[in-house]
Amino acid sequence: MTLTLKIWRQADAAAEGRLHTYQLDEVSPDMSFLEMLDVLNEQLNAAGEEPVAFDSDCREGICGMCSLMINGEAHGPEVTTTCQLHMRSFADGDTITIEPWRAAPFPVLKDLVVDRSAFDRIIQSGGYISVNTGAAPDAHAIPVPKQNADRAFDMATCIGCGACVAACPNGSASLFVGAKVTHLGELPQGQAERDHRVVNMVAQHDHEGFGGCTNIGECAAACPKEIPLDVISQLNRDLRAAMRHGH
Amino acid sequence: MTDMPDTTTTGNPSHDAPGDVVDDAAGYYREGDPIADTKSPDDQPVERRWSERKFSARMANPAKRRTLSVIVVGTGLAGASAAATLGEAGYQVKTFCYQDSPRRAHSIAAQGGINAAKNYKGDGDSVYRLFYDTVKGGDYRSRESNSYRLAEVSVNIIDQAVAQGVPFAREYGGLLDNRSFGGVQVSRTFYARGQTGQQLLIGAYQALERQVAAGTVETFTRHEMLELVVVDDGSGPRTRGIITRDLVTGAIDTHIADAVVLATGGYGNVYYLSTNAMGSNVTASWRAHRKGAFFGNPCYTQIHPTCIPVSGTHQSKLTLMSESLRNDGRIWVPKDPADVTRDPRDIAEEDRDYYLERIYPSFGNLVPRDIASRQAKNMCDEGRGVGPEVEGVRRGVYLDFADAIARLGRPAIEAKYGNLFDMYTRITAEDPYQTPMRVYPAIHYTMGGLWVDYDLQSNLPGLFVAGEANFSDQGANRLGASALMQGLADGYFVLPNTIRDYLADGPFDTVPDDHPAVVEARASVQERIDHFLTVNGTRSVDSYHRELGNIMWEYCGMERSAEGLRKAIDLIRSLRDDFWRNVKVLGDSESLNQSLEKAGRVADFFELGELMCIDALHRRESCGGHFRAESQTEDGEALRHDDTFAFVSAWEFGGESGARELGTPVLHKEDLVYTAIEMKQRSYK
Ligand SMILES: Cc1cc2nc3c(=O)[nH]c(=O)nc-3n(C[C@H](O)[C@H](O)[C@H](O)COP(=O)(O)OP(=O)(O)OC[C@H]3O[C@@H](n4cnc5c(N)ncnc54)[C@H](O)[C@@H]3O)c2cc1C
Ligand code: SF4
Ligand code: FES
Repeated sequence: MTLTLKIWRQADAAAEGRLHTYQLDEVSPDMSFLEMLDVLNEQLNAAGEEPVAFDSDCREGICGMCSLMINGEAHGPEVTTTCQLHMRSFADGDTITIEPWRAAPFPVLKDLVVDRSAFDRIIQSGGYISVNTGAAPDAHAIPVPKQNADRAFDMATCIGCGACVAACPNGSASLFVGAKVTHLGELPQGQAERDHRVVNMVAQHDHEGFGGCTNIGECAAACPKEIPLDVISQLNRDLRAAMRHGH
Repeated sequence: MTDMPDTTTTGNPSHDAPGDVVDDAAGYYREGDPIADTKSPDDQPVERRWSERKFSARMANPAKRRTLSVIVVGTGLAGASAAATLGEAGYQVKTFCYQDSPRRAHSIAAQGGINAAKNYKGDGDSVYRLFYDTVKGGDYRSRESNSYRLAEVSVNIIDQAVAQGVPFAREYGGLLDNRSFGGVQVSRTFYARGQTGQQLLIGAYQALERQVAAGTVETFTRHEMLELVVVDDGSGPRTRGIITRDLVTGAIDTHIADAVVLATGGYGNVYYLSTNAMGSNVTASWRAHRKGAFFGNPCYTQIHPTCIPVSGTHQSKLTLMSESLRNDGRIWVPKDPADVTRDPRDIAEEDRDYYLERIYPSFGNLVPRDIASRQAKNMCDEGRGVGPEVEGVRRGVYLDFADAIARLGRPAIEAKYGNLFDMYTRITAEDPYQTPMRVYPAIHYTMGGLWVDYDLQSNLPGLFVAGEANFSDQGANRLGASALMQGLADGYFVLPNTIRDYLADGPFDTVPDDHPAVVEARASVQERIDHFLTVNGTRSVDSYHRELGNIMWEYCGMERSAEGLRKAIDLIRSLRDDFWRNVKVLGDSESLNQSLEKAGRVADFFELGELMCIDALHRRESCGGHFRAESQTEDGEALRHDDTFAFVSAWEFGGESGARELGTPVLHKEDLVYTAIEMKQRSYK
């Protein structure tokens, strides 16, 4: 395959960025999208142009490190992560525009790399169950109904990639916060801190500059782990309950 | 898969007399003094040792703990759990990782599960049985005290994870489900669908972030450790800190503390292609090794037989397919090399070679990982491999579900393996329900690592090593689902209890910026960076890494021979020389520069690769994941030599002379003594 790539290049957080156009030949449909960029980078390096910076680590769709807006879609056209997207999803002769996540709380650091540390700070504000090492009762002390355990698991599969934010016209991280609140809220262990958790996480979310949710649903459509939109309803219900309890 | 129903026979079927064993590595190393673990109370029976050590390890009171500081490099299962626990205890902790969040450490990718001797199934499991399976699985090359302790604390891990909200699979009654993993006879593996590592790491990460909020832990993400600071003010060396590079701004910083923990993962990426993450590296361990920390058993690597094969030279990493697939899939290649390009469905039954079933009639497709891997390589080397030809060889064998689908029906197969089949289809665009999967072995895990004593302390005082980065508990091979267990055992339960003994002597004197040890460490970091950015050569870092990986895979992979290893050492030396003179790294050091990051990692892989080959050359026996062509039984099975090689090889860095020439490494042997278990030779025929 031969492709025309329009890639966002930006020297650092302070610099202005712009799209550069590159031509790439001999792309195999079996390559992953990131392997295609590796090939481009080898070519650039050989030609004396600095390679394009982009994030990736596991390349298995689980670490959440990769990102990229591909032709305006977070993680590209399939329901998966960019690292699991393959070039067979594109056609010979295609022009592909590749940009970083766009959201004020995710500033661009260089080229396609953004700063997602706001997500860590949201978890710090309450995305955990407080239990010190060694203080745990036997794992069988509290049975958890299978359906709750399964739902908790489904919500816990969020990889913290930020696609939901990048896809949202408001730049909201409600899907990310909702997934965590639902994961821990489904479990008996998570009840004691349930009110605190939701109130503090939402406050931190707003403080970081993420936008409010207006139920557009782009987030769930972009989510590579198919976190459903109803976690946001759960988030709102939990928030209202916490308010009622006087938080 | 290393553990199977008990078919071991006692004693060696045949072996050289001790004096006969040839020293293949003569001239490549020097022998130093033996080394011993002095922390395990070996006068006690094995089941008493951990309680005894926890009791004898000194403590600091809560007020004093607040004055003591610990650096934890790595935020995988081992690092995140250690940092969270040390934070809870009140120490001042700093963590470092190269990713943009602690949650992304490579532990996240583990699929299958985590072992624990809970005996929730009442099927006869016990701490002793898990200990026994671990030592046997490690082919009697692990340290008995450590392996026992690992089994002992395994039960606490599950309690801790559940309390944190880790959503393990449950049965309808609400209790935890277990599965049998890797052919063991009991069901002791806890799992969270195919994402056990992810769920355990998120649990540890959340505990870590809770401590960040509490003010006990400070996290440094996108920071890479590039040097260790070892201070010697006359009273012997002490590890006092690290030098890091901020991967975004390029700033080189010094971090000083009372102790340093390395939990930086395995070194499988020395092979370039592996199931590890792109950034997995040996730099932290290697820099410590260069500063005096011994490296234990570097040649012990684990190869996983069922990964998705390489599709072309662009390949950047390999993806594992869970070995549970071998429970129902049948492995074969065409009998006739002329058939390798034919549609497998058109190859008649009698023209197929189900080679594992043929060679190992009683175990068939369920032989251990190393045997399945080696035989796959043999088939491909004979020209009977299938799939695309990459660099002149077809590296793939069929894993066929046609019989299982006919026997159990497609829905049953979907229920068991649906997510794996989907993943396979996504990567290869082939449908394994219609046509056999293609699989090939890949490097997956490294049992070797920095040498540590029972306290997880290296020979350098104040340097502790946890998780896959240390060498201690697994021996020459590792059981499936035991690496997650080890990472969390080390981090939650072992290290916090042992490091306090060392810290009881602290806090140590401040180390000023102009201390010679700091100045030297920073200068060495700067010198490498400056070198890479000014060589202006012609070849990319990746091209060197790929070539190094090919050498390692060919000569220090599934089967190793003296001749091949010597050749590899020569090849590595000349490639390394070329690398330093001819690598091309563009950009600058004051901003995010991924080629520069890779250059430093590859430079260290070159040195590690050489040591791995020397270690493999020296160990003229086959054990666990290490198969020496010269040490096999008449019918081609691995042959251990307990009389000559029942020791840990702890390597001391041999120094460096001008022009980046490496000195001769020094071998220190730690004898392995088993008191609670008898050494046996395995057999799978
Ligand atoms: C695909 C796959 C599947 C697996 N499945 C299983 C399984 O089912 N069961 C099982 O028990 N085991 C499994 N394993 C093995 C297991 O996942 C690992 O051995 C284990 O998770 C390692 O954990 P760790 O904490 O030691 O290191 P890692 O999780 O690798 O963490 C390393 C940390 O060190 C940091 N780091 C590294 N170098 C530096 C540096 N120079 N400076 C700063 N930071 C650095 C990284 O950022 C990271 O935070 C699997 C492994 C793979 C690859
Ligand atoms: S909710 Fe989905 S899109 Fe958002 S961070 Fe989690 S996995 Fe990514
Ligand atoms: S690189 Fe890990 S999810 Fe894509």
